Amino acid sequence: MDADKVFKALGDPTRRRLLDLLCEKNGQTLGQLCENLDMARQSATQHIDLLEAANLISTVKRGREKLHFINPVPLHEVYERWVRKFERQRLSLLHDLKQELEGDDQ
Amino acid sequence: MTRETTSFVYVTYIRSTPQKVFEAITRPDIAKRYWGHENVSDWKPGSKWEHIRANDERSVELIGKVVEISPPTRLVMTWANASQADDPTKHSRVTFAIEEYDTMVKLTVSHDELEAGSGMAKGISQGWPAVLSSMKSFLETGTGIDLFAKPKSA
Repeated sequence: MDADKVFKALGDPTRRRLLDLLCEKNGQTLGQLCENLDMARQSATQHIDLLEAANLISTVKRGREKLHFINPVPLHEVYERWVRKFERQRLSLLHDLKQELEGDDQ
Repeated sequence: MTRETTSFVYVTYIRSTPQKVFEAITRPDIAKRYWGHENVSDWKPGSKWEHIRANDERSVELIGKVVEISPPTRLVMTWANASQADDPTKHSRVTFAIEEYDTMVKLTVSHDELEAGSGMAKGISQGWPAVLSSMKSFLETGTGIDLFAKPKSA
């Protein structure tokens, strides 16, 4: 939703670890996540709130449980904007270099 | 035998209206412009739907049934590879929930009852983020992302 929030949310090792945990197993409860982080609920909740505000985590209530899901859609937008564009240029540079070295007349 | 299943929940916020988002999913002429595929159905509960590649071959890649539909806020359908249509354990379920959120639309796509570790689970976890960011880009700017783009040198 907001690139600043995404980058800020990613700029912390605990929050990146949270995303990794959800990548390994999607749909975890706060309790499960705290266990894996070795962290008190209160601090974990603050990190999760920031990730949720950046739309990197979505939550769903299933019965009495609240499950957390990784939401990589904003990451994909960042990838489109900040990675793929430059990757393309780099690849086309390599392509030009290869043509230059190998010649076009094969 | 019970199978282990997995779920994914994807959320995107789009500057658009619920009606336009709903049509972007259900109208083939719109879907093909950002998804590269069309979702073809008469969109009645119990009807089948087909996910058709929007090229000359028009191959049917996915199939399923419309479980529930209430335009423009909710669509639930089953989802399977066309080649695995006869195997009920390969059928998963997709729910689109569309709600107004401030001046935007919050689109939540939940993909449930997926066989854990299956090719489909892997495929959709790559696919949905790309499709949803392309849909967002298309509805907000009129241009989707080329989902089949490859590096120029490939």
